[in-house]
Amino acid sequence: MSIKSENFREKAIEYTLFILSLSAIIFLAGIIFTLIKEAIPAFKEIGFFKMLLSKDWYPTYDPPDFGILPLMAGTMVVTVIALLISIPLGLACAIYISELAGKREKVFLKPFIELLSSIPSVVYGFWGIVFLAPAIQKYFDIPSGYCAITSGIVLGIMSAPIIASLSEDSLNYVPKSFKEAAFALGSNKFETLMNVTIPAAASGIITSIILGTGRIIGETMVVLMLSGGAAIMPTSALEPVRPMTSAIAAEMGEAAFKTLHYYSLFAIALILFAITFVLNMLAEKISKKYRIKLGSSR
Amino acid sequence: MLKLDTEKKEHNFSYTSVKNAMEKVILDPSQKARIKVRNLNFSYGEKQALKNISLDIYEKKVTAIIGPSGCGKSTFIRILNRMSDFTLSSKVEGEILLDGKDIFSKDFSPVELRKKVGMVFQKPNPFPKSIIENIAYGLKINGVKDKHKIEEKVIKSLKRAALYEEIKNRINESALGLSGGQQQRLCIARCIAIEPEVILFDEPCASLDPISTAKIEELILELKNYYTIVIVTHNMQQALRVSDYTAFFLMGELIEFNETKKIFENPSDKRTEDYITGRFG
Repeated sequence: MSIKSENFREKAIEYTLFILSLSAIIFLAGIIFTLIKEAIPAFKEIGFFKMLLSKDWYPTYDPPDFGILPLMAGTMVVTVIALLISIPLGLACAIYISELAGKREKVFLKPFIELLSSIPSVVYGFWGIVFLAPAIQKYFDIPSGYCAITSGIVLGIMSAPIIASLSEDSLNYVPKSFKEAAFALGSNKFETLMNVTIPAAASGIITSIILGTGRIIGETMVVLMLSGGAAIMPTSALEPVRPMTSAIAAEMGEAAFKTLHYYSLFAIALILFAITFVLNMLAEKISKKYRIKLGSSR
Repeated sequence: MLKLDTEKKEHNFSYTSVKNAMEKVILDPSQKARIKVRNLNFSYGEKQALKNISLDIYEKKVTAIIGPSGCGKSTFIRILNRMSDFTLSSKVEGEILLDGKDIFSKDFSPVELRKKVGMVFQKPNPFPKSIIENIAYGLKINGVKDKHKIEEKVIKSLKRAALYEEIKNRINESALGLSGGQQQRLCIARCIAIEPEVILFDEPCASLDPISTAKIEELILELKNYYTIVIVTHNMQQALRVSDYTAFFLMGELIEFNETKKIFENPSDKRTEDYITGRFG
C-alpha cells in the first residue's frame, strides 16, 4: 500500500470516529432544541410563572387550567419518601460491603446489588401493584393502595442499589493510610468509620445520593403504575399523586397535536430536564472536587 | 494465633533454632526491657515472613531495625502494635510482652495496645482536616472533651514535634498544605498527643528530602528522653546516627541484635558485615 493511500485510510478512520463521537452532542442538542421549541408556546400563552405556581391542572376542561404545581408537588413527595428509604438502605449496604464484610461476602453481595439495579422498572412496578399496593391499602386502611407512599417505597428500593454501589466505590477509594492512621491512634472500627472513612468519602457519597435523586425524579414507569394519578396538591403521603413524568407519559398520547395541552406537556418535560441537568452538573462538580482533594494526599 | 503457656516458656527459653544465636543476639540485662519478643513467628498466606524472632526493646532507648527490602522489618514493627491484624489470613505464633503482659492475650485489646504503642508511618498520612483537628482527633477519641485542654495539648505536642514555630499561624489550615517533612512531624505530634509509651517509626524518612530527614532524626533523639522508640530504616547511616541498639533482619530471620556501636564496628555475623558495608541490600 502506498504512503498516500495509507494516510488517506488513517484520516478516514479518524474523521469517522470524530463524527460518530460528535453524534452524542448532536442528539443532545436536538433534544434540547425540540424541548425548548415546543415548550415556548406554552410559556407564552399561559405565562411562565402562572404555569409554575398555579395549583390547578385541568388540561381538558373548558377553559383548561395548566398549573403544574400539583405535578411538581407530586414529584417532590414521592422523591422525599424514596430518599428516606434509599439513603439509609444504600449507605448501610455500602458501609457493610466496603468496611465490614469479609472477602467472600463481598464477592457474593456486590453482584447481587448491581443485579438489583438492572431489573426493569416495569417489573418493580408490577411487584408494587401485586404486592405492595394491596398491603399499603390494608395497613393504612385507605380507599386505594395507589398513592405517593407506595410509589415512593418502590422508587426507594429501586434507587438504593445506585446509592449503594457508588458510595461503596467512594468508600473503597479512601486511602488505606487514613484508616491506618486512625487505627494506630487507638480508634476502634466504628470511630474510624465515623470520623475518618465516611468524612473522607463524603463527597462521593453525596454525589451518589444526587445521582440517585436524579434517577428517582426521572423514573416514569413506577410512578405511572403506582402513584394513583390524581393531579391535586397532596396533603399527605397516603393520597394519590401525579408526578411530572407520569403526567407526560399518560397524557402525551391523548393530547391533540400542537394544542396548548401538547405544548404544556413539553414545558413540563423541559422543567424536568432542567432539574435533572442541574443535579447531574452538581454531582459532576462535587465528584471533581473530591478527586483533587484525595489526589494530593495519596 | 497460638496461645502459649507463659510460665513454661520463660523457663525453657532458648535460641536453639537460630544458628549460633547465642553469640549474635545479645540482650542487655542492665537495661529495662519494655517489650520482650520471644520466639515470634508470623506468616500470611503461604509465606512465612518472620522466623523465630526474639529480642528486647529497652526503655527510653532507640532500637533500629535494619535489613534489605522484604526482610520482614516492617512486618515486624507492625506486629508490635498489632497493625498486623489487618493483614489478611495472617498467623502469629510466639509471644510479645509489653511490660510483662502478652499483647495477644484476650484481655489486652488492640485498641488499648495502640494507645500505648503509637506509630508513625512510612508515608506521612495526615487526615484531610486542619492541623489542629489532626491532633485533636486522637484526644477526642480518648475522651478529652474540654476545648482548652485539647488546645493546650495540641500546642504542647506541636512544640515537642518541633513544628509549632513553623506553623503556629496556620493551625486552622488544612494539614495537606504542609510540606512532606512538616506533614511527617505533624504525624509525630498526632502520635505523641495521646501520650504513648512506645513509638514505632516505620521508615519515617523514606519519602523525605535530606533536610527534613535531618530534622526528624534530631527529633527522634530528643523524643528518646520521653519515649521508648523503635525505628525501621533502610538507611544504615540513619540507624548509626539515631539508635542505641540495632537488629539486623534478613529474609525473615533476626541475624544479629546488639548495641548499635558493636553492630557497626564489629559485627559478629558475616552477613551483617556484608550488609552494612554495602555488599548487598
